[in-house]
Amino acid sequence: MAETEMTYTEKTHAAFGAKQPDTSDPRVLAWLIRRHGLEMTHLSRGSHIGAIFSLAEVMAVLYTRVLNVDPANPKMETRDRMILSKGHAGAAVYAALAERGFFPVEELKTHYANGSRLSGHVSHKGIPGVEFSTGSLGHGLPVAVGMAMAAKMDKKNHRVYVVLGDGECDEGSNWEAALQANQYGLDNLVAVIDHNRMQSLDFCENTLSLAPFAEKWRAFGWHVIEVDGHDTDALTAAFMQAKENKGKPTMIVAVTTKGKGVSFMENNILWHYRTPQGEEYEAALKELEAQRP
Amino acid sequence: MRDAFTRALMREAAKDPKLTLITGDLGFGVLRPFWETYPDQFINAGIAEQAMTGMAAGLAREGHTVLTYSIGNFPTLRCIEQIRNDCAYHDANVKVVCVGGGFVYGSLGMSHHATEDMALMRALPGVTVFTPGDPAEVEAIVPVMLRTPGTCYLRLGRGGEPMVHTAPVENWQLGKALTLRHGKDVALLSAGGILTQTVSAADMLAQQGIDAEVVSFPTIKPIDADKIAELAGRFRHIVTVEEHSVVGGFGSAVSEVLGELGTGCRLHRIGMPDIYSCIVGTQQYLRGEYGLDDKAICEKTLQWMKA
Repeated sequence: MAETEMTYTEKTHAAFGAKQPDTSDPRVLAWLIRRHGLEMTHLSRGSHIGAIFSLAEVMAVLYTRVLNVDPANPKMETRDRMILSKGHAGAAVYAALAERGFFPVEELKTHYANGSRLSGHVSHKGIPGVEFSTGSLGHGLPVAVGMAMAAKMDKKNHRVYVVLGDGECDEGSNWEAALQANQYGLDNLVAVIDHNRMQSLDFCENTLSLAPFAEKWRAFGWHVIEVDGHDTDALTAAFMQAKENKGKPTMIVAVTTKGKGVSFMENNILWHYRTPQGEEYEAALKELEAQRP
Repeated sequence: MRDAFTRALMREAAKDPKLTLITGDLGFGVLRPFWETYPDQFINAGIAEQAMTGMAAGLAREGHTVLTYSIGNFPTLRCIEQIRNDCAYHDANVKVVCVGGGFVYGSLGMSHHATEDMALMRALPGVTVFTPGDPAEVEAIVPVMLRTPGTCYLRLGRGGEPMVHTAPVENWQLGKALTLRHGKDVALLSAGGILTQTVSAADMLAQQGIDAEVVSFPTIKPIDADKIAELAGRFRHIVTVEEHSVVGGFGSAVSEVLGELGTGCRLHRIGMPDIYSCIVGTQQYLRGEYGLDDKAICEKTLQWMKA
């Protein structure tokens, strides 16, 4: 079939040939998140592919092995709550949700487009499975603290997850919320930091140094787990360990590589904003195809 | 007003165990009866208004009716993006409560003068803005506000204001203006605690032979456009009074209605000029200094009517 005749779904699933990808496998889902991240930013000429790639395994593990969510009943009261605070990586959430059956994969092609509900920064309006809209940094953790407090007050057993960027930790509101989560002993709250060590214009180290990062969170009273953010088994183990932790909120510092999966994007600040087009798009696609699980 | 607020809130808290009050570490003299009576419905978020407001949105999304409480500009300007994105955009049932609208904390300086809050809150889609004029209006507003879906702003004055209404305000409906006295020569429209000065100015005008109608607006959003249209049909001059900047607040809201009506009625706005207050003093002193006390309202109204 000629490429022009393929639907968006066929094109992004082409690497699997005739068989359906098993999206319950976190490595498969992570690969698909990257494949969609590339295609969505290519079609829309959109930004933030580096952050989307950085987060692929974290999102994939959450949506396969951790979160109690149901695509048939996205507002199920007992669902775990998941907020992506670094909303600019919203394509990773949209891709995970679509591949897990919350809405059609084909809709991903409308990301950024005129009239689309899939805004560049993640939005909950009309999109099944998105808990909360973000985009301005430093908002997700305080809201997650409120949701975790509500679960405690109402004696509910679901858990609250929030994913932040490391650059995002420049925002003071995170540290306000860090104090509150500690004060109220929110052990039903798990935060994950996508610690790719880069932010918009430069490395964090050259902007506002966060080091020693894990120690900062420990000093704020959090249970901190440091993990390879691209190792799906290690991430799974970290989330399971977080469930056993009592009396404190958990922070999983997921050490990641911005642009992970495409050699010329990795650790390259250009790919915070640059859109994959032309030869760069083709080269990135080739590299991803070679990695298909 | 703040004591009327606590009384009214405690009545509602008794009925709704999911009513949750969060303070930004303020309200020792005001909220103590609440936290002593309903400790499980009370949270001190610390001196952290942004996270307090985000937390409120999170609680509200989980089915709580949440009030955030602080003074002056802290519950609004300090965390306006959280009110916009986390609360209002998410239709979160959060009621932002400010004690100290206008010059209540006059001696504490410019940081504590809330003179742009009404304009900023009014500009946010989906936010209902309550501006009670006296404790009776507060008592009427609180239950209505708690039953109003979505995000609201309640701008209170201080403690110990006199009652202006001579009887409790009963069966008040959201958005309805309240007429305190009828007149035939000029209409004085008031929003917020400056109502005492507006009524007193009407007394002064009466001594000059001017019969002023006085109308209080317990909400500036929605604004009672029907009442404004009716007044515009009966009066040549409408004067708005607010303890707030003349930019974007109550006078602006009334001017938007009048402008679109296209009547021949003249609008005159009394409020803080478009400057920051750089002097201090009691609330009443600053009202005088910036030309919004009863004497200034009376004098300006007389001049406008002569012109």
